[in-house]
Amino acid sequence: MDNVTTHGSVAHGHAHEHAAHHELGFWRKYVFSVDHKVIGIQYAVTGLLFLLFGFTLMMIMRWQMAYPGRPIPLIGMWLGQDRAPMGVMLPEFYNQLGAMHGTIMVFLGVVPLAVGGFGNFVMPLQIGAPDMAFPKLNMMSYWVYFIGGVTMLASFFPTGGAAQSGWTSYPPLAVIAPGQTMWLVGMIFLITSSLLGSVNFIVTIVQLRAKGLTWMRLPFFVWAQLVTAFLLLLAFPPLEAAGVLQLMDRVAGTSFFMPSGLVVSGKPLMISGNGNPLLWQHLFWFLAHPEVYVLILPAFGIISEIIANNTRKPLWGYKTLVYAVVFLGFMSFIVWAHHMFMTGMGTTMSAFFQTTTMIISIPSVIVLTALLLSLWGASIRFNPPMLFALAFLPMFAIGGLTGLPLGLAPSDIHLHDTYYVIGHFHYVVAPGTIFALFGGVYYWFPKATGKKMNELLGYVHFWGSFICINLVFMPMFIQGLGGMNRRMYDGGAQYAHNAGLLKWNLVIGFAAWSLGLFQIPFIINFFSSIKWGKAVDKNPWEATTLEWSAPSPPGHGNFLTEPVVYRGPYEYSVPGAARDFSPQFEA
Amino acid sequence: MDIPYIVETRPDTGLANGKLGIWLFLASEVMLFGALFSTYIILRVGAPEWPHGELNVWLGAGNTVILISSSVTMVMAWASLKMKDWGKHRLYLMLTVGLALFFLVNKYFEYAEHVRMHELPSHSTFFAIYFTLTGLHGLHILGGVVVMLYFLGPGAKMWKANPDQFTNRIEYTGLYWHFVDLVWIFLFPVLYLL
Repeated sequence: MDNVTTHGSVAHGHAHEHAAHHELGFWRKYVFSVDHKVIGIQYAVTGLLFLLFGFTLMMIMRWQMAYPGRPIPLIGMWLGQDRAPMGVMLPEFYNQLGAMHGTIMVFLGVVPLAVGGFGNFVMPLQIGAPDMAFPKLNMMSYWVYFIGGVTMLASFFPTGGAAQSGWTSYPPLAVIAPGQTMWLVGMIFLITSSLLGSVNFIVTIVQLRAKGLTWMRLPFFVWAQLVTAFLLLLAFPPLEAAGVLQLMDRVAGTSFFMPSGLVVSGKPLMISGNGNPLLWQHLFWFLAHPEVYVLILPAFGIISEIIANNTRKPLWGYKTLVYAVVFLGFMSFIVWAHHMFMTGMGTTMSAFFQTTTMIISIPSVIVLTALLLSLWGASIRFNPPMLFALAFLPMFAIGGLTGLPLGLAPSDIHLHDTYYVIGHFHYVVAPGTIFALFGGVYYWFPKATGKKMNELLGYVHFWGSFICINLVFMPMFIQGLGGMNRRMYDGGAQYAHNAGLLKWNLVIGFAAWSLGLFQIPFIINFFSSIKWGKAVDKNPWEATTLEWSAPSPPGHGNFLTEPVVYRGPYEYSVPGAARDFSPQFEA
Repeated sequence: MDIPYIVETRPDTGLANGKLGIWLFLASEVMLFGALFSTYIILRVGAPEWPHGELNVWLGAGNTVILISSSVTMVMAWASLKMKDWGKHRLYLMLTVGLALFFLVNKYFEYAEHVRMHELPSHSTFFAIYFTLTGLHGLHILGGVVVMLYFLGPGAKMWKANPDQFTNRIEYTGLYWHFVDLVWIFLFPVLYLL
C-alpha cells in the first residue's frame, strides 16, 4: 500500500510538522478531544453502554412478565422499597422501566452509536477530510448528549422515580405522572446535541469531500448519513417545541395538551384547560417517524459497505440506492399520522397517511432488493461482519413487511397497541439495526485500533444472538395477533383471551436472558482485542473506500497525504485488474 | 492537513463552511418556530373563544421598530468591516446590542404588567402560547446579545489576526440576527393584532 504516499512529499512533511505541534495532554487528547475519531469512539462506547443498560431494564421487565409477582432473583433486593419491595416489582416501577427502555434504546443507544459513533468516525475518513467541519461543535455535541444521558439516568433516583408514560409520553398522563420533568429536560439536551451534530455532518459532507470525490462517487454509507442528518435537522425541532410545551404544562401550569374537564382520582384538575392532547401526538410523531429512518438509514449504509466488501462485487444499483434513500428521506416527513389511526382523526386523514405509508415502503424495498441482488453470483467471505450484514437482510425484511398491516387503517385497528407492534418495530431495530451496528463494530474495529477482533468469539456472538433474538421477537407476533396488549404489568394475565398466549412470555423471557449471556463474548472480544487482537495493516479487508488509505489507527489529521479520488466507491473484481479490488484512492 | 474552506469558499459549492452551517441551523430554527406557530393555530382554531386586546399594541409596535432598526445597524456593522472601517463597526455593533437590550427592557415591562394583573401562562391558552413564543424569542435575542458581546470583547482580537474570518463571523451573526428579527415580525401581528 505504499503507492498512497507517492502523491506528494510536501503534504507529507506538512503532516509531520502538524503532528509535532499537536502533542496534547491526556484530558485534551482522550476526554475533551476535538478529534472526530476520538469523539466517534466516545459516542460509540457510551452508546454501547446505554444499549446494555437499556437491555438490562428489559431483562428485568421480562422477569415480571414471565413470573408475575415473584421476587426478582439476584438484583431484586437491591432495587429499593419504592421500586420492588421484597424484590417484587411494583407497577409504577414496571412503567418506569418500559418508558426508559424505549427512550434509552432509541435516543441514547442506537442513534448515538449509529450516527454519533459510526458517522463521526467513518464519514470524515470516507470523504477524505482531515476532521469534521466544526471540531469544537463536534465535541460540544458529545458533551451535551452526555449531560442528557446523565439526566435520564439520574431521573430514576428522585422520589416518584423516572418517567413512566412510555417513550411516547402522551398527555394528559405524561403531564400528570411523576418523573416526566427530568425526562423532558434530558430530551431537550439530547435534541440540542442532535441538532449541532446534524449541522456539522451536512457541512462536512458538502464541503470537505476530497478532490475527485463527486456526489456519485460517495460511498453509500456517506449518503445514508447525509439523509439521516437532514432528518435529524428538520424533524427534531418540532419535538423540541413539543418538549418545551409539555415542560410548560408541568412547570408553569399551562394547558397546551390538557383538555377542559379532566378528573384525576375523583378530583377535577385545577387547570385552565382548552388544550389539545392530540397536538402532542402530532408533534411527537412528526419527529418520531423520521426518527425510525434515522435508526435504519445508517444501518443500510453500514451493511452496504460490508456487503460490497465481502461479496467482492460492486453494489447492485448504486445510483438506485442513492435515489431511493433520498426519496425515503422526503417521504418520511409525511407519514407520521399512521401512528394515530386510533385517535379518531377522521377517515380523510387516515386515507392520506395510509397512502403515503404504502408509498414509503417502495424505497425500502428497493434498497433491500438491491442489496439482495448484490449477493447474486458472489463468492462470499463469511466473516463476522458479513454474517451480521447477511442476517440484517431477512430480519429487516420481516420487520418491514409486518409493518404493512399496521400502515393500513383497517388492519391497524385490530393490531394497534398489541405485541404485534412490538414485534414489528423490534425486528426493524434490534435484529435489523443493532445487528448492522454489531457488523459495523467488527468491520471498522481494525481501523479504529489497528487490531482485528477475534473471529471465533465473533461467531459465537453472532449465532447465539441470531437464534435468541428470533426467539424473543417471533412469538410476539403470535401474542399480538391473539390480541395481547402491550404495557401490561402482569404480562397480560388479567385478560381471559390471553390465557393461551401467556406461555410465550416464558419462552421470550428465557430467550431474552440467553441473548444477554451471548453478549458476553462480544464484550470480552471488544476489550481483549484492543490489547491482544491480531495486528493488521491499514487495509485488512482489502476494501476500496478512502478510510482504508489512512493508517490504522489514523493520526490527527487522518491522512498522511492529501487524498485524491479516481473512481467510484465499489470497484471490486474489475475485469483485467491485477487484484480483485481497485481502491478509490489509487490512480 | 488543516480543515479547508473556513474562510475561502469551495469552488464547486460556492460556500464557506460557516455560511452553510448557519443556514442549516436557521432551517432547523424555522422548524422549531414553525411547530410553535402551528401549535398557536391549532389551539386558536379549537378554542371556544379567543381573547382580543390583551396586549399593549404600542409597546409591541415600538419593539418591532426597535428590532428592525437593530437589523439595519447589524448590516452596517458587517458592511463597515467590508470597508475596513473598524471604528464604525464597533459603533454599529454596540448600537445593535443597545437596541437588543432596549427591546428586552420593553419586554420586561410588558411581562411585569401581565404578572401584576395575574395574567400568567396558567391563566389561559392565549397567555400560555404568548409567554412561550415571546419567551423563546426573548431567549434568542439574549443569545444574540451574548454572541455580539463576545465579538465586542475577547472575540474582537481576531480582526488583527484574520480579518476575513472575523468579517465572516459578523456576517453569520447578522444572518442569525435577521432571523430573530423576522420571527418577531411574525409574532407581532399574530399575537398583538389578529
